[in-house]
Amino acid sequence: MVTFIIITLIKILIVFVFFLLMIAYLTWLERKLLGHFQVRLGPMRVGPHGLLQPFADGIKLLFKEDVTPAKVNKFIYNLAPLLTFIPALIIMAVIPFGDQIKIFGQSINLVISDFNMGILYVFAVTSLSVYGIVLAGWSSNNKYSLLGGLRSSAQMISYEVSLALSLIGVFMIAGSLSLVEIVKSQDKLFSWFIFRQPLGFILYLVCAIAETNRAPFDLPEADNELVAGYYTEYSSMKFAMFFLGEYGSMINVSALATTLFLGGWQGPFLPPVLWFLIKVCAFLFFYIWVRATLPRFRYDQLMNFGWKVLLPLTLLNILLTATIMVL
Amino acid sequence: MLDTLKTIFLAIPKGLSVTFKYLLTKPITVQYPDQKLILSDRYRGLHYLKRNEDGTEKCVCCGLCAAACPSECIYMEPAENEFGERYAKIYEINELRCIFCGYCQEACPKEAIFLSKEYEFSIDKREKLIYTKEDLLKKGQRSTD
Repeated sequence: MVTFIIITLIKILIVFVFFLLMIAYLTWLERKLLGHFQVRLGPMRVGPHGLLQPFADGIKLLFKEDVTPAKVNKFIYNLAPLLTFIPALIIMAVIPFGDQIKIFGQSINLVISDFNMGILYVFAVTSLSVYGIVLAGWSSNNKYSLLGGLRSSAQMISYEVSLALSLIGVFMIAGSLSLVEIVKSQDKLFSWFIFRQPLGFILYLVCAIAETNRAPFDLPEADNELVAGYYTEYSSMKFAMFFLGEYGSMINVSALATTLFLGGWQGPFLPPVLWFLIKVCAFLFFYIWVRATLPRFRYDQLMNFGWKVLLPLTLLNILLTATIMVL
Repeated sequence: MLDTLKTIFLAIPKGLSVTFKYLLTKPITVQYPDQKLILSDRYRGLHYLKRNEDGTEKCVCCGLCAAACPSECIYMEPAENEFGERYAKIYEINELRCIFCGYCQEACPKEAIFLSKEYEFSIDKREKLIYTKEDLLKKGQRSTD
């Protein structure tokens, strides 16, 4: 029992530190890639090729003045950044990032917690992060913040429906809601769910971008119409926490896509953890690539697309999967 | 719905391929203080005054450059030396007003004033950008070396 607790704590610590480092370097990667997409160089000055830029940014944000505007609802205003940041952190708990390994005669599962309804936990927690955004918009007592918060809640709620439904096909075939089981059911290349659920995969990709409020679905922050959306009034570390949350949830949806569609940590030659990382990074690259390519949706287009295109398609996907399974 | 699907499966991959091509092209950024752009031969930067071979000043203070100057940034006062030759006692260019059109260089009959390629002249006091004759001659020395 004691060894179990110690092992779990060590796993949590490693995953936590690694996750934060990944967030830091994701910001670097995004700026670098966006730069090169626009035939620029991106950050170059802080360290070789700007590699120390995330730390410079972090230190800068820590030492900025933390302004709390006079008319905000202080309790909710302080709570909101935490509410977006913490859900992003705790999703990692159910993502399996490697096979069972043996160290000192102890067999360790490379997942913090493998419980049989892992994916439902993920849905529950991602829904929580909507609260952070809505409450930030509401408590700031600022029209732009409020509009950003409202947009974001409407967007996230509508796309969450399609997000969950786009994954149903995977569960139907895998016959389990446990993420570990789902990875184990994709042991051969052609049993990866990207090949068995191609439509579901594309739908998930689109919904995941919308769910994390990234371009082209970044209406909640829409710089040129809403100043900065729901975090207009935030500064210093509270502002940073919204960003950590956003980049954290980007990593989360990528990790989830890897687990559900790309066979998780499975792959030849290289160690499983490395395979997992490579696949996650490929997804992150794709997200940045999409951001460099597509302009932002208009609000009515966004809603039409969500309800009139994505939702019917996800339902069609479930229907097709079910038909094929019965046949 | 069909149009939307066409966009998703045809137009977006096309757009993605366009941006991907740019990812592979070499960035055009010049890392400025370390690397500098190669300026064109006709680049017009800060002024300098030239001397003759024997070391005397070329400028005879005729005032044509000041007359040609559209921003009126050149001020001069003439005087005569011991041989009875005209020279500029005071010759000042206010680089803050100068628009770097190069008309002074064109107007000069003695080929005394030129525009160099020097473009880095940020300074901590505005007064430092009013160049006297000595400043301009020193610059001329440097650019002929």
